[in-house]
Amino acid sequence: MASSGPPVELDPDELEEEAFDSSSQASSTATSTLTWINWYTSLPGHDYFCDVHEDFIEDDFNLTGLQAMVPFFKEALEMVLDVEPEEDSSKIPDVSIVESSAELLYGLVHQRFILTKVGLSCMVEKYEAGHFGACPRVFCHATPVLPCGRADMPGIDTVKLYCPNCGDIYTPPSSKYASVDGAFFGTTFSPLFFQQYPELLSAPFFATTPSSNSGAAQSSSRATPVDSPAAAPVGGGTFTNPNPHGGQKAALGRVYVPRIYGFKVSERARSGPRMKWLRERPERFDELDKVDWKGRFISDIQGQGQTNDGDDELMASLSKKGGGGQAKGRLFDDEDDVVDDDDESEEEEDNVPPTAVPA
Amino acid sequence: MEDLSTGSESDYSNSWISWFLSTKGNEYFAEVDEDYILDRFNLTGLNGEVVQEYSRALNLITDNLDEESLDDDVREAVETSARFLYGLIHARYIVTSRGLSKMLEKYRKADFGRCPRVYCYQQPLLPVGLSDIPYQKAVKLYCPRCEDIYSPKSNRHGSIDGAYFGTTFPHMLFMVYPQMIPGKGQPVGSSSVADVNRSLANQQKSENNGGSGGGGGQNSLGSISTASVANKAERYEPRIFGFKVNEDAKLSRWRTAKRDAQISRLENLETEQGQPNL
Repeated sequence: MASSGPPVELDPDELEEEAFDSSSQASSTATSTLTWINWYTSLPGHDYFCDVHEDFIEDDFNLTGLQAMVPFFKEALEMVLDVEPEEDSSKIPDVSIVESSAELLYGLVHQRFILTKVGLSCMVEKYEAGHFGACPRVFCHATPVLPCGRADMPGIDTVKLYCPNCGDIYTPPSSKYASVDGAFFGTTFSPLFFQQYPELLSAPFFATTPSSNSGAAQSSSRATPVDSPAAAPVGGGTFTNPNPHGGQKAALGRVYVPRIYGFKVSERARSGPRMKWLRERPERFDELDKVDWKGRFISDIQGQGQTNDGDDELMASLSKKGGGGQAKGRLFDDEDDVVDDDDESEEEEDNVPPTAVPA
Repeated sequence: MEDLSTGSESDYSNSWISWFLSTKGNEYFAEVDEDYILDRFNLTGLNGEVVQEYSRALNLITDNLDEESLDDDVREAVETSARFLYGLIHARYIVTSRGLSKMLEKYRKADFGRCPRVYCYQQPLLPVGLSDIPYQKAVKLYCPRCEDIYSPKSNRHGSIDGAYFGTTFPHMLFMVYPQMIPGKGQPVGSSSVADVNRSLANQQKSENNGGSGGGGGQNSLGSISTASVANKAERYEPRIFGFKVNEDAKLSRWRTAKRDAQISRLENLETEQGQPNL
C-alpha cells in the first residue's frame, strides 16, 4: 500500500555539476548581495523553509504545471532567481503583486523540492537541528516535529507540525507561522521523510521494560501490563522493528491516565476516559495483524458468525453466570481469552450477583 | 494589570492575593476566598515543617503582616514562602465547589490556553499536575477533547509547580459538571468558545429544570450517553501521493479496533444496566 522509497528525480552527480554551473553564473551577477531565496527564508516565520537549490528551479521540468497556478509566472520566476527583468515591466500594475506571486511560486517549488533526495537531506539537517520545534504532548518528551500540510493546493490550510512519535498533527506554537501555507510543504512530505529516515520514526508497538522511563513520574505511571517478558521485542537495549520499512525508533509509549485522588477514573463514569485508544499501541508487533482491513479484531468477526448479532460479549457473560448452555459458554470463554482486552469489565461482570442480570 | 477585580471581601484593591494574581505568569491561578484560607481546617497538614516561615507567610497572604518591621532578606524569604503556601492552598481550594466554579469560569475564557492538536479545534485546556507533592513536576495542560496532556507554550507557565493544581482537579471538574464535557469531533459552531458557551447554557437550563429531574440527585441531562462519543474523533492519516502508509495504517486500524471494542463494551454495560452510565 505504501510507496516504499522516495522518488529519485535527480541524479546526485548530475545535480552537483549543475550546482557548480549555476553558482558560477550567479557569481557574475550578484556576488555580495543576498539572493532572494536567502532573504525570503530568513524572514521571521519562514524558518521552516529550506533553501531550494537554484538549479532545481531552473530546470523547467520541475516547474511543470505551475505556470497555470501562479499569476505573472515569468516575472515571479525572475524575481525568485534574481534575474533582472529583460523587457519593460509596464504591463505589471504593482511590484507587490509579483512579490506575492514569487512567494507562491517559491512555496510550490519548495513542496516539490523537499521530496527529492537533496531536498530530504536538507530537511533532515534542519530536523535534527530542531528547527521545527518539539511535540507539545507531554509523553512525547519533546520529540522533534516536522512541518506538513493538509492539502497540496495553496490557500486551503496553514502549515501544521507532525510528530513521529504520537503520529498526530499540531498547530505551530507561534502565530508567526499562521501565514505560512501548508501546501508549501504538502501532504506527502512528512510521511515520505520518515520512509526515507525510518530511524527517526517511532515503532508502532511499545513494550514496557523496566529500563525505559524508569526515572519518569511514578504517580501517574502507565498501567500497561508488564508481566509478559517473553513477548518483549526489546532485547538487551537494541531495538528492532520486524518491519524493515517501519519506524525503527523505540516508541515513547506512555499514555496519560486520569486519576482522582490517586484512583483511576472508571470507564463506566460518564466523564470517564474515552480516548485512550488514540495514543495506545500494541505491546508486540504481531498484534497489529490481529486486525482486519476494516479495523476489526479478526477473532471478533469469527465469533460474530456464530451468534445472531454483535451481542456475543453480553451473551458470553450471561451464559457464564447462568449454569446452562455449557457448550456454548465454553466456546465464548475461549474467544474472550483471545480478545483479552476487557479484563476490567469482565471482572466487574463476574461480581454482579445473578439477580442483577436482566432476563 | 492592576485593575483586576479582587472580589468582595477586599475593600482595598492592593491585597496580596490580588497582587499575586495580577503578576505576569500567574494567569492560571484562581482567587482563593479569604474565608477559605482563614478556616484552619483547610490548612491541615500545612505547617512550619512544610512551609518555611509558615505563620508569617500566612499573615502575608491574608494581609496581616507588618512588612516594614522585617529586613530585606527575611521579607524575601517570607514572600517566597507565601507564594508556595498560596499554591498549596490553591490545589485544595480548586477541588471545592466554589473553587471549581471559579476555575470553570476561567476555562470558559480559555485562560489556560487551547489544545495544540489540530483535530481538537482550539479546545480550551485545564491545568493539571502530574504529582500532588511539590517540587516534582511542572504544571501541564489537560485537553478534555483528546484526553491527553500537553506542556504549556510559554516558559513562564511551564515553570509553575504542578502540585499547585494537583492531579485530581480537571477530572473532578468534569465529574461535577458532566455537561461541560466537550464532544470529540468537530464542533458544530464555528468556534469552540461557542461550544463551551452552548454547553453552559445547557447546564443552566438543566439547573432550572433541576427540581423536576429524576430522584436521587440525578441530573436531568444524565440521560445523555457518552459510550460512543469516541466514534466522532478525527485522526490524522499520513498519505504519500494519496496512498496510505502501510505501518501507520496498520496502527490506525488497530486503534480503531480498540476504540470499537471499548464502545461495544460500554454499550453492553448500558443495556445490561437498562440505563446510561452516570
